[in-house]
Amino acid sequence: MNSQFRVNLIKQGGIWAFIVVELIFFSVAGELLAVTDKAFMDFDNMLLLLKQSAPIGIIALGMTIIMINGNIDLSVGAIFALSAIVLLDSMTWPFMAALGDWAIPLAWGFALLTGVVLGAVNGFIVWKTGVDAFIVTLGSMLGFRGLVFMYNGEQPTSHLNWTLVDFAEAQFLGLHTATWFLLVAGLLLWLLMTRTVHGRNAYAIGNNREAAVNAGIRVGPHFLWNFMLIGFLAALSAVVFYSESGSVNPNDGMLYELWAITAVVLGGTKLTGGYGSIVSTLGGVIAIQLLRKGLGHIGADTQTVNLVIGLILITVLFLDRQLNRKGKEELKT
Amino acid sequence: MTDQIPALRLEGIVKTFPGVRALDNVSFEVMPGEVHALMGENGAGKSTLMKVLGGIHDPDEGQIYIAEKPVVMTSPMQAKANGVVFIHQELSLADELSVAENIFLGELPRRSFGRVDWQTLYDATDAILKTLNVGFNARTRLGDLSIANQQMVEIARALTVDPRAVIFDEPTASLTDAEKVVLFKVIADLQSRGVGVIYISHRMEEIFKITDRISVLRDGQYRGTLNTAETNEEEVTHLMIGRKLDLSRNESHHEMGDVALEVRNLSCGELFEDVSFSVRRGEVLGFYGLVGAGRTEIAETIFGLRDPSSGQIFLNGEEVRIHSPQDAIRRGISLVPEDRKAQGLVLGMNCRDNMTLPQVDDMTAGPFVSDGAEVAIFDQYRDKLDIRTPGWRQLVGNLSGGNQQKIVIGKWLSMHPEVLIVDEPTRGIDVGSKSEIHNLIRELAAQGYAVIVISSEMPEVLHVSDRIVAMFSGKVMREFTSEEVTEDSLIQAISGISGDKVA
Amino acid sequence: MAELTTKGLGKLLARQGILVAFVVFMIAFALANPRFIAIDNISGVIRSSAILGVMALGVTFVVIGGNLDLSVGSMMSFSTIVVLDLHDKIGPSLAIPAMFAMTLALGGFIGFLVGYLKLNSLIVTLGMLSAIHGLTLTWSGGKNMDIADKEGTWFSVFGQGSIVGIPVPILMFALLAVVLSIILGKTPFGRKVYAVGGNGTAATFSGIPRARVVFMTYLFSAFCVATAGLIQASRSLGSQNTVGQGLELEVLAAVILGGASLLGGSGTVFKTVIGVLILGFIQNGLLLMGLAFYVQYVVTWIIIILAVWLDIAAKRGRLWSPIA
Repeated sequence: MNSQFRVNLIKQGGIWAFIVVELIFFSVAGELLAVTDKAFMDFDNMLLLLKQSAPIGIIALGMTIIMINGNIDLSVGAIFALSAIVLLDSMTWPFMAALGDWAIPLAWGFALLTGVVLGAVNGFIVWKTGVDAFIVTLGSMLGFRGLVFMYNGEQPTSHLNWTLVDFAEAQFLGLHTATWFLLVAGLLLWLLMTRTVHGRNAYAIGNNREAAVNAGIRVGPHFLWNFMLIGFLAALSAVVFYSESGSVNPNDGMLYELWAITAVVLGGTKLTGGYGSIVSTLGGVIAIQLLRKGLGHIGADTQTVNLVIGLILITVLFLDRQLNRKGKEELKT
Repeated sequence: MTDQIPALRLEGIVKTFPGVRALDNVSFEVMPGEVHALMGENGAGKSTLMKVLGGIHDPDEGQIYIAEKPVVMTSPMQAKANGVVFIHQELSLADELSVAENIFLGELPRRSFGRVDWQTLYDATDAILKTLNVGFNARTRLGDLSIANQQMVEIARALTVDPRAVIFDEPTASLTDAEKVVLFKVIADLQSRGVGVIYISHRMEEIFKITDRISVLRDGQYRGTLNTAETNEEEVTHLMIGRKLDLSRNESHHEMGDVALEVRNLSCGELFEDVSFSVRRGEVLGFYGLVGAGRTEIAETIFGLRDPSSGQIFLNGEEVRIHSPQDAIRRGISLVPEDRKAQGLVLGMNCRDNMTLPQVDDMTAGPFVSDGAEVAIFDQYRDKLDIRTPGWRQLVGNLSGGNQQKIVIGKWLSMHPEVLIVDEPTRGIDVGSKSEIHNLIRELAAQGYAVIVISSEMPEVLHVSDRIVAMFSGKVMREFTSEEVTEDSLIQAISGISGDKVA
Repeated sequence: MAELTTKGLGKLLARQGILVAFVVFMIAFALANPRFIAIDNISGVIRSSAILGVMALGVTFVVIGGNLDLSVGSMMSFSTIVVLDLHDKIGPSLAIPAMFAMTLALGGFIGFLVGYLKLNSLIVTLGMLSAIHGLTLTWSGGKNMDIADKEGTWFSVFGQGSIVGIPVPILMFALLAVVLSIILGKTPFGRKVYAVGGNGTAATFSGIPRARVVFMTYLFSAFCVATAGLIQASRSLGSQNTVGQGLELEVLAAVILGGASLLGGSGTVFKTVIGVLILGFIQNGLLLMGLAFYVQYVVTWIIIILAVWLDIAAKRGRLWSPIA
């Protein structure tokens, strides 16, 4: 087994090994500490875990593609909130009320369209101005949040549609609606990234942008598409989540960008671009959610989860660097 | 051959950059089935010419013809569509992707819904790889390949179109002898298919082995074309160098002092092995070898940027361990690095601040940086080195290459080092500044500095050195004094031909 | 002649664009509402910008050194909670140095990871954002922190007091700005920060201890965060665990608005102060115009993008990016 192969194996298998360790640790620790009678690896508990992973998870899928491209999107939390508002508010519009339950798909459409348009704004600015995506989306994180507030002031936007709630709470083959959305989105994006020209070009651009440009790949429109895609996914995440909850606060979705980035990095995607996978991101999302639930399960303060996740993130970064070191002869700069 | 039309012809190409006439009325042609060498010193205009050909630079004047049809090149893609493909020295590949994806980068075969047609992709790739006779397949991840094999991928990329002309830019720089044999077979194969091959290299031996004709550029001008069979190395070298002056040996000898720096059996992993040499005060020691021979890495190790795996370094007869550039600087070792812009200068800083950077801690009045002390240093070395700048506030990035290099040299001279290492002192610098810097190096030795000059340009090493160390593939092959050295023996030593290794 | 003037104007805009924008803003708002330039209004704006401003001063060091610090908001919450908690336990005169020591230790840890271990600063500080938040919650047990005797403590002086009629937060902001401006602009250390951020490799090749310089920039950042936490705690004498949440990005916005490049090597303390004031005065001006506070988010967005865009457009000599 050559060392490069071993490095790749550790990189791709690492997150799943980590999940297994988490499962074992929390099960055993839960037994020993005996804070609860319920087993950690309870089936319903695991199903719930998947459902709870969905909102951040769907966004993290999009973030994976953006980061494989070598970009970043800090505005997803605001896109999430604005799409949610459009979703709930649009159902109260007069002409929508007349449509009965047909208003639901239409409202979804409006929300998703909102996400795509906001994403397109980001993508277009990145393409046309050449300003770094970090700054562009840092700005639009503020700007989109401003739009969220302008929509309905500081008031929450609420609308409960019971058909919608029933749909969102439904279980099909045991899995919750939200879980299905996460898995189907994951599958489609995995296909996109591994099977399509667009996906492969995303890797090429992130890996060696100059080579991609020289090979005639149009980088600008490519970025635009991916920002529209992550906008769509942020909106989809909102659709899934708020169909059930029915009420959105203007501060909702704050820091989602950081959670999503954390999940993506835990999954092994490189910040510099060119490397990463949708499946590993799903692993990263699940690992974080497991950690949240697990710490609760063993009676640890739920607060410690932030501490633990932060330290794990840094440890992963450190290990990744050690794996990629060239050894002693390396130039010390 | 004469009744054929050229596969590719360039006529009267002119390209100027601010302050430099990079290409001055260059004409050049390659016939189908011909291997045509393009030679010239660094900075002679070869790479600019290739960038014009590849559509990266627009020529100011002149015309490119493919099979005598005039074309305008606007991008590498378009050049490729016209049947002109490049195999670059610096690989332009994505190492996380498979070999096949790299070969068809930007033109992956498609099926419905934007899917990649993997079957077609792999079949087409394997077909190309088969003609190259390589030991990997289409699905291998590029990053898992050796540099030589990655080079083969770059070559395979050229073969996805039916090329009229293929340009090889220093293709053998990182190849072993066995790999070279494969490469030459590929070139012979292209030749037999009627493709025109342009072969850019510094290595005479290869040039005489595989090319039909040799064209020479010097200072951006076309200097003539020779039939390889009817010429010899001397004639080619003469065309390349031109000026008699530059081939002259260093003749100004002066008193030498004690040994300032001695290196014994120094090794650093696979970068270089068992290197020993010494340099005296008042002496210029030249290091000559091809790119990748390990010269720069030796300098970096002495300067504390790399940890040696074994060996000793002595300064004034005393063994020293140098762990960081700070250590080296404290002991009086200075390094003018190879890559001026990436390693030598902070381009966004002004001239003065760059020059005083290593000693900014000492340029103080109380806790603050003393403007007066800094300006005094700057003025002193600006006058001494004749640095032409409107004033010290000028950003270094706005200066010409020669003046930038003088800022770097001034930076270290103002520290009064015992040993000054200069890596590629005149890379990318115009002819006038070149000889100024050469004279400066000689002058420094005369003042009692121990100077090490690393260079890839033979005239430069010959011109400035008292002794020359020839390196090949991480090892010292031979040491010459300036009296005994000949161009032939030097070239042989750095090509790994000469076996008599100095202990 | 006309060409010459436009050229000159372009140069001025490219070099001092942010200052020009600031002046234009002030004049426009003043014309719209004269109250805008009343002394008490200006003083109020600066006072409410002080916390953000103090943090931005520290982040300026980090950004010029070529890195990012996303943990400052979270770290500010930590400082605030810690100093409030210790206030009642060990008294303010011990609580303040203890809080500074702890905050500096956190900054030092980040500096170690980014400087010496050379880990990516975006991810490290993202992780620390989360970790420090957890630390804060653990410290406070998730509850709000309040000082028991709010009337009888001199601790309130940092947030509420004033000296010769000038509010203390403004004085602290101004003093820190002057001191840090001198450190960055006039000392050898400041020069090294620019060198390391401008070209880290060249700095190393010039014998500058890059790791130590980066480490130090995070200490400066942590010191500023601790100061901001002190002002925050003293102003309200009670706090939620999330008081600094989201501030990291506003701080970064102010620094970028001031013209510091995220690539490092450029920016000044003075420019950052201008960036902070622009954010503060926009917010205030829009409020005076009767607009809600959140309108400033949208305006800030547009200003940041325009500022950075015009900056790089001036550098590359063309407005639109060359991306195909």
